[in-house]
Amino acid sequence: MAKITYIEHSGTEHVVEVPNGLSVMQGAVNNSIPGIDADCGGACACATCHVFVDPEWYPRTGTKDSMEVSMLDFANGTQPTSRLSCQILVSDALDGLIVRMPENQH
Amino acid sequence: MGDVEVEVDYDKILGTDPATVPLDEINVGHPGLFQSYRFWPYFERLRREAPVHYCAESMFGPYWSVTKYKDIMAVDTNHAVFSSEASLGGIAIRDQRTDFTMPMFIAMDPPRHDEQRKVVSPIVAPENLAKLADLIRSRAGKILDELPRGETFDWVDRVSIELTTQMLATLFDFPFAERRKLTRWSDVATAVPGNGIVETEEQRREELLECLTYFTNLWNERVNSAPGNDLISMMAHADATRNMQPMEYLGNLILLIVGGNDTTRNSISGGLLFLNENPKEYQKLRDNPALIESMVPEIIRYQTPLAHMRRTALQDVELGGKMIRKGDRVVMWYVSGNRDEEAIENPNAFIIDRARPRQHLSFGFGIHRCVGNRLAEMQLRIVWEEILKRFPNIEVMGEPKRIYSSFVKGYETLPVRIPA
Repeated sequence: MAKITYIEHSGTEHVVEVPNGLSVMQGAVNNSIPGIDADCGGACACATCHVFVDPEWYPRTGTKDSMEVSMLDFANGTQPTSRLSCQILVSDALDGLIVRMPENQH
Repeated sequence: MGDVEVEVDYDKILGTDPATVPLDEINVGHPGLFQSYRFWPYFERLRREAPVHYCAESMFGPYWSVTKYKDIMAVDTNHAVFSSEASLGGIAIRDQRTDFTMPMFIAMDPPRHDEQRKVVSPIVAPENLAKLADLIRSRAGKILDELPRGETFDWVDRVSIELTTQMLATLFDFPFAERRKLTRWSDVATAVPGNGIVETEEQRREELLECLTYFTNLWNERVNSAPGNDLISMMAHADATRNMQPMEYLGNLILLIVGGNDTTRNSISGGLLFLNENPKEYQKLRDNPALIESMVPEIIRYQTPLAHMRRTALQDVELGGKMIRKGDRVVMWYVSGNRDEEAIENPNAFIIDRARPRQHLSFGFGIHRCVGNRLAEMQLRIVWEEILKRFPNIEVMGEPKRIYSSFVKGYETLPVRIPA
C-alpha cells in the first residue's frame, strides 16, 4: 500500500491509498481522479496517462522500456521526469509518491 | 485489378451464408460486404471460430484477419514486427501502388515516422485546438442555421461534409471559397476505380497530381513568408519536412486530408443515425446534454470510421495460435475488435453514458495512434452542442447509402428532416 498524491494541472490535490501491484494509472482511475485518461487501459499504447513525477521520487519509479520512450516521444510537453503512469507499479517503496498531471492528455 | 473482376466477386459474396460458408472461404475484406452492410455476422463468426483467420484469395491478395480486441492491441503495439512501411504495402488491405507511391508518415516505420509525426502533432494538441474552438463553433452554427425545416435533405452533404471541409480548410489555411476541392481529393484518394468517384486509376492519379500542384503553390507562398500556424507553413518551415520530395509532400497531404475529413465526416453522420436507431439514448441526451462528453467517444467506437488498418509481418510470428509468415499481410479489424464482448461490455449496444467510453480501437494504439484524435472529439462535441441548442429532434427519413470500401466505413448519403 502506498499513499500517492495526484496533483491536477489546476493545482487540486488528491491523496489516496493505492494497493501494491496496481499501476499509478489504476490508482487514479479507480479513485475517479480527473486528468489521467488512460484510453488504452494500461497497455502503454496511447500516452494519455502521462504524468510528471516529482523529481525527488523519479529515480524510484523504475526505468522506461523502449515502448514507453516511443509513446512519450509523441506526448505533448514532456519533461525530464515524464512517465506513463500505467508503467509505474505501486509498492511500499512508493509510499509518499507525488505526481502532477499535464494540462491535457493527447 | 479490373472492374469486371470486382463485379463477379461481388455477386459471389452476396450469395453466401455467413453461418454456413466454409471458414476458409470467408473474405471479410470485400468492399461489397460493407456497402451492403452484411459484414457483422462474418466478424462474429471469425471472433468465435477463427480469431486470427487466413483468407487465401481476394481481390487484394491473401491476408490475415485479426478480429479480437486483445490480438489487435498486440499487433498494433508491436511495430518492430508488424510494419506500416509503404514499400511493403502500407496501411490498408489494398497494397499501395509501387508505380505511384505516396510516402506518408502513417505508412512509415521508425525513425522516419517519428521525425515527421512530431512536426504535425503540436498543431492538433488540445492547447492549440482551444484556439480554434470558437471559430469551429461559429462555423458549425452557421451551417446549422441555414438548414431547411420540414423537408428532407442529405445530412452527409449539408452538414457532415461541409463542416469537416471547413475545418480542414482552416487547418491548412486553404482558400476558403475553394474548400470543396479538399472534399473531392479526399474522396479520390481512397476511391476504388470504377465505383462512382473515379472511372480509372489514371484519372485518380491525374486528380491527385492536380492536388499536388495546387498545394505546391501554397507551399511556395508559405515557405517565403514568416512561419504561420497552419499545417502547410509548419511543414514548410520544419527541419524534418522542409526537404520533402513532391510525392512525399502529396502523401502527407493526403494523409491529413483523409485523416481529417472522411473519418470525422462519417462519425458526424453516424452519430445522428445511431441516436435515431436508439430513441431512448436520444431522449437521455435531450434530458442531459452534458452526456455529449461521453457520447462522442461512443459514437467514434460505434461508427469505427476506419474499419481496419493493415500491417506487414517483418518476420515469422505466432498470433492466436496461427503462424504468420514474414511478408504476410495482416489486417487488424478495428470494426470487429470494437464489438468484442471480451473487451467491451454489451458491445453491440449504443450507450451514450458508458463508464470508460474511450476504451475503443477506432484511433488505433501504439506509435501510429491517430494524431488528430482530440481534434475529432472536439469537432464532434461542438457540433452536438450546437445541434442540441437548436433542434430537439432531427429525424432520419430512410436508409443511408453506404460507401463501397472496407477501409473507409461510412455514408454517401443520409436523408433527414428537421420538423418544421
